[in-house]
Amino acid sequence: MQQDIPGTTMFDATQAQKGLALNRMCYSFNSAENRAAFLKDEEGYCRKFGLNEQQQAAVKSRNVLAMIEAGGNVYYLAKLAGIFGLNVQDIGAQQTGMSVEAFKAKLQSAGA
Amino acid sequence: MATIVGGIATTHVPSIGKAIAEKKQKDPYWQPFFKGFDYVHYWLARTRPDIAVVFYNDHGLNFFLDRLPTFAVGAANEYRSEDEGWGIPVSRPIPGDAALSWHVINSLVADEFDVTMCQDMLIDHAVTIPMALIWPGPVWPVRIVPIEINTVQHPLPSLSRCLKLGRAVGRAIDSYAPDSRVVVIGTGGLSHQLDGTRAGFVNKEFDALCLDKIVAEPETLARISIHDLVQQSGSQGVEFLNWMAMRGAMTGRVSELHRNYHIPISNTAAATVVYGNEPEMRRKAA
Repeated sequence: MQQDIPGTTMFDATQAQKGLALNRMCYSFNSAENRAAFLKDEEGYCRKFGLNEQQQAAVKSRNVLAMIEAGGNVYYLAKLAGIFGLNVQDIGAQQTGMSVEAFKAKLQSAGA
Repeated sequence: MATIVGGIATTHVPSIGKAIAEKKQKDPYWQPFFKGFDYVHYWLARTRPDIAVVFYNDHGLNFFLDRLPTFAVGAANEYRSEDEGWGIPVSRPIPGDAALSWHVINSLVADEFDVTMCQDMLIDHAVTIPMALIWPGPVWPVRIVPIEINTVQHPLPSLSRCLKLGRAVGRAIDSYAPDSRVVVIGTGGLSHQLDGTRAGFVNKEFDALCLDKIVAEPETLARISIHDLVQQSGSQGVEFLNWMAMRGAMTGRVSELHRNYHIPISNTAAATVVYGNEPEMRRKAA
């Protein structure tokens, strides 16, 4: 699939294969017990799901763009973000390098 | 015989679930969105459907990326929801209509839509939030047939394919013998993007085009490729596929009865519509 839309990574065959382990770990966060286990031993939890070095580093850095680069899909990454109490507006702000207030204001002005 | 009374489509942003739980419907941020449901409730009180066929996309509750159907049809008499991991309230179960589900599945496969059959299926916020918006009371007055469309992992089905799927579902409902009144629902959209440096992207002009064309000229929209849909509508704006299937399922003369459009709800251009569907046979008889 063409990856030619600025600021956008199509979650295609390449990304899906690259990100399977990372996304599988995030899928496990549907369970409160698993979220607690991650918080208790983050590195051990990442190892258990077979994350590669790039994915482990991306998770450790809490950097969403790095997680996408490592094959993460945003619907699954949102489950990881939820562990830290972050919603899609918080991660939108992080990815665009804006404050959360500025990110929200940008959306408000798009509707005006 | 079953009658398709019309269609409803609405955004399914998870934070709406929180707003409902916290009774924020009249807050200045939420009011422009929630007021769009007054007409929906009025219309439902008049049309009184007893079954809802719901086109939606799963976000990693029932399906994971390892075994991901393109189209899946629920065939249960009850659908539960569960924790999705991002802290929204879990909905109470929704009754299903397994008899209509199996009729739809039989009809679809005979029509060369080889769908995945799910006798056990969890439904996520993409079903439960529209249901809570459309029927806010304490008891669900309808049974559902959930139809799940992959909008997550490319290749996605095309807009054209989803329109055809909807038409096949519409034919299935039209051939269902038990007396029932069916409303078809599409959830998600409109333009939004959660990921990448383009996060926060919305496109008012493109959304207006979709809302203008979907009633009388869905074929025009069906010519748009998935690539161009992502470009124009955002990575998650592709949930418009659910709307196209809903539109296809209305087999009669379709008219727009209601439209509410508001930016933003969270990162999303939110829209709520009601379409009337006047069956062809009734029109001929009149």
